[in-house]
Amino acid sequence: MTGDAGAPSRRDLLSMIGVVAGSTAMYMAMYELGYAQATSFKGPAKLSTPPTGTSVLILGAGVAGMVAALEMRDAGYKVQVLEYQDRPGGRNWSLYGGDTFTELGGATQHVGFDPGLYLNPGPWRIPYHHQGILHYAQRTGVEMEPFVQTNFNAYVHSMTGYGGKPRRYREVQADYQGHVAELLGKCAQQGALDQKVSKEEREILLESLREWGALDKNYDYVKGMTSSNRRGFDLDPGGGLTGAPRPSEPDALGDVLSARLWTAMSQMSDHMHQSSIFQPKGGMGMIGKAMGRELGPLIRYNSKIIDIHQDDRGVTVTYVDTKTGGPPRTATAQWCVCTIPLPVLGQIPMTVGAPLKAAIDHMAYTPSLKVGLQFKRRFWEQDEQIYGGITYTDMPNVSIGYPNHGYFSKGKGVVLGAYVGTPECYTWAAKPPEERIKDALYWGSKIHPQYMSEYDCGVAVAWHRVPWVLGCKSQWTEASRAEHYDNLAAIDGRIVLAGEHVSYMAGWQEGSVTSATDAIKRLHQRVMSA
Amino acid sequence: MGVRRLGLAALCSAALLAALPAWAQTAAPQPMVRNGMLTMQGGEAVYNNLCAACHMRDAKGAAGAGVYPALAGDRRLAAAAYPIRLVIHGQKGMPAFGSLLANDQIAAVVTYVRTHFANAYAAPVTAAEVQAMR
Repeated sequence: MTGDAGAPSRRDLLSMIGVVAGSTAMYMAMYELGYAQATSFKGPAKLSTPPTGTSVLILGAGVAGMVAALEMRDAGYKVQVLEYQDRPGGRNWSLYGGDTFTELGGATQHVGFDPGLYLNPGPWRIPYHHQGILHYAQRTGVEMEPFVQTNFNAYVHSMTGYGGKPRRYREVQADYQGHVAELLGKCAQQGALDQKVSKEEREILLESLREWGALDKNYDYVKGMTSSNRRGFDLDPGGGLTGAPRPSEPDALGDVLSARLWTAMSQMSDHMHQSSIFQPKGGMGMIGKAMGRELGPLIRYNSKIIDIHQDDRGVTVTYVDTKTGGPPRTATAQWCVCTIPLPVLGQIPMTVGAPLKAAIDHMAYTPSLKVGLQFKRRFWEQDEQIYGGITYTDMPNVSIGYPNHGYFSKGKGVVLGAYVGTPECYTWAAKPPEERIKDALYWGSKIHPQYMSEYDCGVAVAWHRVPWVLGCKSQWTEASRAEHYDNLAAIDGRIVLAGEHVSYMAGWQEGSVTSATDAIKRLHQRVMSA
Repeated sequence: MGVRRLGLAALCSAALLAALPAWAQTAAPQPMVRNGMLTMQGGEAVYNNLCAACHMRDAKGAAGAGVYPALAGDRRLAAAAYPIRLVIHGQKGMPAFGSLLANDQIAAVVTYVRTHFANAYAAPVTAAEVQAMR
């Protein structure tokens, strides 16, 4: 250890943490100490002008592919994008009334939502620090509005806790925090923390616990104005002769603990879920649409890639037109940015080295399911005063997301009726779409009895049934990263991969943007030095 | 407040019963994963609720930009070790199910697939064989 005896320097501390706990912990520690940035996006790639006529073929018109296409086109590359679907965006996708979706196995769903209503089967929120995807949304003129991550008046629900009855988030949050504060305060008062805190610190701690936990003057968490100002009242304060408030009774600590709802209560504290969070007006798919418009005829749709070949002169991609059929066609370029999801890419013959092939082949994508339910009226607002946000439950539908737009509308509304990323998702995917919707209604009606009479129509997307990705998103472990990640990101001859799967932000659009930015910078360096 | 709530809930349930559409009166669904394990037993149940997500009920697979292979009439199933290894450890786009399924569930579902869908590999797979490949 260098530096003064006894006090390690910050660098000593970091390397110590690195050795003991691995690089993730070191990154976290660096972040705490202010060394690392929250986002790795430092602005668009800003490529210099390549030699005249330099060409690049981009495979996939999702977020990563279109970031690469926009920047390389702007730099002066001759760009062509091949896309399997008949639309841009990839997993940046919203389903609207009039849309149809045919999943693997052949089931076709006709979306019956009212104008302006939608389901985002994929990403639905953008944290404020995802400056990359926000940059491209702004560049293409997509307007943002707030996404409500935490709604204190939405529910948290456990099948066993509180007799299976949903509780408002504010009630459980206030009770949990209040009881914990009271316990800690008692410990401090009884001297149990004297080894850890000085006498002065103990007084400050008690003062803070009273504020933090909404405790009374004796450091107790009890029924009264103070606790009800957090958890809500039995009768809210009002005006005139009937305006006197009636405080609510906090639930007992035992009830709070046995409901085991702390996972639902901590999600808003994750860096990815902290305010402010945004959603594009009109659906997440607006970003993909806008980027696709910007690229116009550079994207060739309905192109199913069946072979990727490279030699020392260039890259030749063979594809078939899924709409018009006919014999396979080819597209050629000097360089290639490939953003095809790995479970699909692994099935396409491709001339790449063994390390990249092994990296592509090792990956299975996670399961995920979303069910959108249109109701005849916005009963969650009208009956329960829930305006946006998310209800969490330990039932198989996992969460209920209320629309964060169109508040107070007299018309219909679309709720995210199930968002399942647990292994249970496979069992949802194994059912036909109409049964998934039925199940989402069944579980949701335990929280909102209005479901049964107000249901209008729905759509269910299970990502393992989505024909162009075969799963939701990449999943890395520490071991698989160590073995494959660098190989997946490395340029192989004339080909470089990009997408959320080549990032440390699996499933986030920011991963796609930062991956594409990094990939095209490296490819450009290769081009300029060739 | 508790009393007021209960009253409201009772009212809702009564109204609900009268308004229940026909589809809502079928058997109630159950959670299918508990403590990280698939709850259902038996090869057919495991197949229909898990494997069918990708390989489809008829085991004929599906094709889009990529393919889910058919398990129907699959000669690679002749050696039981092949499907057992795939279910436990996964392969390429297929996730590993070794932690979601217990040995007897894997044995049952592999036996089921090897004896259905135009596959006729009669010898049942045992939980011990599965354990040996973990």
